[in-house]
Amino acid sequence: MSEATGAAKIAPGDNSTLAFDVERARADFPILGQEVHGRPLVYLDSAASAQKPRQVIDAMSHAYETCYANVNRGVHRMSQLTTDAFEGGREKVAQFLNAGSADEIVFTRNATEAFNLIASSFGRAHLGAGDEVVISELEHHANIVPWQLVREQLGIVLRVAPIDDAGNFLLEEFEALLGPRTKLVALTHVSNALGTVVPVKQVIDLAHGRNIPVLLDGCQATPHFAVDVRALDVDFYIFTGHKVYGPTGIGALYGKKDLLNALPPYQGGGDMIASVSFEKTTFKDAPHRFEAGTPPIVEVIGLSAAIDYIAALGQENIAAHESGLRTYAEERLARVPGVRLVGTAREKASIVSFVMDNAHPHDIGTIVDRAGVAVRTGHHCAQPLMQRLDLAATARASFGLYNTRGEVETLAEALESVSEIFG
Amino acid sequence: MDDLRELYQEVILEHVKNPRNKRTPADANRHAHGHNPICGDAVEVHLKINGQGVIEDVAFEGRGCAISVASASLMTEELMGKTEAQAKALFETFQEMCTKDDAKISKDIDEDALDRMRVLAGVRAFPMRVKCATLAWHTMSTAMAQKDEATTEQDDIGA
Ligand SMILES: Cc1ncc(COP(=O)(O)O)c(C=O)c1O
Repeated sequence: MSEATGAAKIAPGDNSTLAFDVERARADFPILGQEVHGRPLVYLDSAASAQKPRQVIDAMSHAYETCYANVNRGVHRMSQLTTDAFEGGREKVAQFLNAGSADEIVFTRNATEAFNLIASSFGRAHLGAGDEVVISELEHHANIVPWQLVREQLGIVLRVAPIDDAGNFLLEEFEALLGPRTKLVALTHVSNALGTVVPVKQVIDLAHGRNIPVLLDGCQATPHFAVDVRALDVDFYIFTGHKVYGPTGIGALYGKKDLLNALPPYQGGGDMIASVSFEKTTFKDAPHRFEAGTPPIVEVIGLSAAIDYIAALGQENIAAHESGLRTYAEERLARVPGVRLVGTAREKASIVSFVMDNAHPHDIGTIVDRAGVAVRTGHHCAQPLMQRLDLAATARASFGLYNTRGEVETLAEALESVSEIFG
Repeated sequence: MDDLRELYQEVILEHVKNPRNKRTPADANRHAHGHNPICGDAVEVHLKINGQGVIEDVAFEGRGCAISVASASLMTEELMGKTEAQAKALFETFQEMCTKDDAKISKDIDEDALDRMRVLAGVRAFPMRVKCATLAWHTMSTAMAQKDEATTEQDDIGA
């Protein structure tokens, strides 16, 4: 239903002949025509939330205008069409992650809700006092706080895998944390604050060698490169729609089918039940067991259009473009007086965090904003990581498929003016 | 750039380089810790208030952005020797200045003090930064009331 017009411009498989054309891609994003403070918007905050292409916006309004009803209810035509579009979105997400079946995709409101779902349901099924869950110093609060809530309820123990000062994940130290009480490894795939890509294949092999399942936070991986949950053999994988150029209000949890079906429901309500009487209710199988109530229908349709859009541009092309930008930005920013890069891991996604000698990140953010440049400043919802690095905050430029070298230059020049003001 | 020049005036930058009263007095009798969860900025305010309700000493410690440090530094200079009631009036006036173009100015505050505080009124043009300017003052007010924690807000925000 979402005719991805981007597909007409750069067909999948055509990438060898048609190099990635960033100007064409930019034309798909209406917001990039906006000005802030009289300057063209330079949006370098895609790690917080990505902008939306016309194809996604249109797919959603098209749904509301032509094909909308509640799903899985009633026999009428509109409900059936909408259910088809919604379940088609599940298929699309399954393909996006290369899952074995659409039944392995659970829709949530965002990634955070997916973490709470797993913490609550996995906790009730498999965790008791003294059992251990291994996370890392790189985690976003979304993969810390839900486990702390479980810790309060069930008395589990959280173990934290360390990083080095450059932000590299330390595999040996991680392995040393795995023990007889370890029941789950829950790690980020890519750090939102530093850009570190965690060696997740090795992590999974080490954990599976001890029969420990692995949950990965793919929020910052899925926007940047192709993820194959079967090749990884990961047990649970979470991402969020708004960071992959899709709408807000939609997240997804992948889980191996037998693992999902072994978990109790998260919330109760309509749509997730097989039968209800006042004495006893039986639940549907996954994924519906975990989707109580009316789901984010049009958000799934929007996410589906976003996945089409990314596929049409080619994930390898996006990755190559972003990797070039990131390398260029790191070189260019390092030449600005007083700038120090934070997070220089061997493998990184297109996220560049930095601090300046004399200017606090908050002041940096305010000054570059007046040049039209949007960067994130603060602790990036990773306060334990900031404490580990002995920083209160950083400034972070994160790149999406629509960013250009010229925009990096605008940022660098704005930082030079910060440097002038603060001397 | 004009808004920026007004925000980051020389006086402010000078306070950032040489903050006044950035120390922990041994004989302070009121303390509070202030925290802005959005940016992680934190400040401690220490007051020594005598039996007549006069602020004999005021100092701060902490790390934060230029606006929050300059504001804390300026605040300590203004409060030294003032009564609790005067401190309260200064706080209210300062808050007005930071948020409103037609700020209500307490009649009891002298012109020189107003001019010194007005240096920070440039934050009006930067609504996201008002909390940076008022954090130290909120913390001071909490210390006067002899509570321990001041925070500009309770929420954490995402991404
Ligand atoms: C690494 C990581 N995990 C989890 C989240 C939470 O995503 P959401 O806010 O969409 O739930 C984010 C972004 O905010 C993130 O960057």
